[in-house]
Amino acid sequence: MSSNRPGATRLAQYLLLPIIIAGGWELAARTGLVQNTLLPPPSGVLAAFWNLLVRGRLLMHAAASLQRVLAGFALAAALGLGVGIAMGTSRAGGRLGDLVIQVLRPIPPIAWIPLAILWFGIGESSKVFIIFLGAVFPIVINTLEGIRATDRHFVELARVLEVPRGRFVRQVILPGALPAIITGLRVGLGNAWVCVVAAELIAADKGVGFIIVDGRELSRTDVVIAGMATIGIIGKLMDVALRHLEARLVRGRAAYSGE
Amino acid sequence: MGLEPVKLGGQLELRGVGKRFPAPGGDLEVLRDIDITIAPGEFLAIVGGSGCGKSTLLRLIAGLEQPSSGAVLLDGRGIAGPGRDRGLVFQDHRLLPWQTVRENVAFALAEPGGAQARRTVAEHIELVGLQGFEHTYPGQLSGGMAQRAALARALVNRPGVLLLDEPFASLDALTRIQLQQEILRIWQRERTTVVLVTHDIDEALFLGDRVLVLSPRPGAIRRLVQVPLPRPRQRGGAGFQELRKVIYREFFTDEEVLMDYVV
Repeated sequence: MSSNRPGATRLAQYLLLPIIIAGGWELAARTGLVQNTLLPPPSGVLAAFWNLLVRGRLLMHAAASLQRVLAGFALAAALGLGVGIAMGTSRAGGRLGDLVIQVLRPIPPIAWIPLAILWFGIGESSKVFIIFLGAVFPIVINTLEGIRATDRHFVELARVLEVPRGRFVRQVILPGALPAIITGLRVGLGNAWVCVVAAELIAADKGVGFIIVDGRELSRTDVVIAGMATIGIIGKLMDVALRHLEARLVRGRAAYSGE
Repeated sequence: MGLEPVKLGGQLELRGVGKRFPAPGGDLEVLRDIDITIAPGEFLAIVGGSGCGKSTLLRLIAGLEQPSSGAVLLDGRGIAGPGRDRGLVFQDHRLLPWQTVRENVAFALAEPGGAQARRTVAEHIELVGLQGFEHTYPGQLSGGMAQRAALARALVNRPGVLLLDEPFASLDALTRIQLQQEILRIWQRERTTVVLVTHDIDEALFLGDRVLVLSPRPGAIRRLVQVPLPRPRQRGGAGFQELRKVIYREFFTDEEVLMDYVV
């Protein structure tokens, strides 16, 4: 049993803050400190969540949102990595893309919604487009910066050894930039998930965003919060998946993880 | 182990080599009028203080820099750029942290795939005494082991010339002596031309057939010392100490007072 203690301690540290927040929240709702119609207690949210889950709607809605995110994110990852690598490995390419990227990047994806609906209608394509816009810039920027941070000493080494360009990019540039690239993918995926909900709030008949809109129209704050919680949980799970990918891909390097 | 004898060659000629770098307020002259011929299979040690241009001299031979005047010739041909016919070991091991020892050594090969490449890589890992660490990442190696791996990578193309740029400067004294003996063993076996840059006079005397002493700013040949001592050399031996005095005198001509301390 004692061998389990470090794991148990870690788990306790992990869960401590959520439990305190939920406890305080439950207490505030029970004692009438806050009105239940404005902020239902966690137990009420849990009940609504369970209700959504067993009636099958939650999984269907989550799957619909996830599908949109994966489509938009896949497009963004393919284009973002391509553009980032092209801009990072070629000085001319970097200058060519710089202005366009830097001017488009600060525009929030939500600001594109009117145009997206005009161009792609209110179906799936416009949502995928918004998600793509939210995910693509962090991927491009992080890929570019990761490549540009390549140690000059390794560039010199490759020159000394006459390493051909393709191998240089594959074995020096990309592995060196990999942690930055994965950071870009993680930020991009997070943005994609934020954007799908924003897009679904505007016009959708399914998706997690739709649950929230539906809850609001029925004045069911418990359903609204259950929908919000679903977004948070799925977002966290996707980030965990990418972290695992990072642990598998990044080799030979140990990073600081706190004391 | 089936290492074939090295192809003859590896003669280096430096003819009136000078190097200037552009700098604000006029060019900075780093090297002036360096004239020396290094025979195939010779071990030349270059010593000088920091800023005497000794590393620049090595970079000229490596082809990483071009001389401002004069010419650097390898087997009679001018050096136009870097090439696999010259192996280079840097002061830092410069191993790719995301590749294992074996991958790092194979990184130097023109054709890193295939059975022949695998064999060559394995032979050179064994040559530097790193067998058993093929799949280790550089972050898990000690400084001395990392420098051994860097040496294997520099040798894996069987270059006619091996260039060593203060390769042991960042190692502790014991590891340094150990690696000096290793270098000697490998050189005696491979008969590669070796040019070693160092600021350690004992190291230069322990290893070199000749020791080239560079004067500082701009680096010019101050003295070329023959080391006729048989190997392995005894660092405490009378001949060794005599030559050591000769070289120290080149460094501290104006500061005779130091002689009592260093000798």
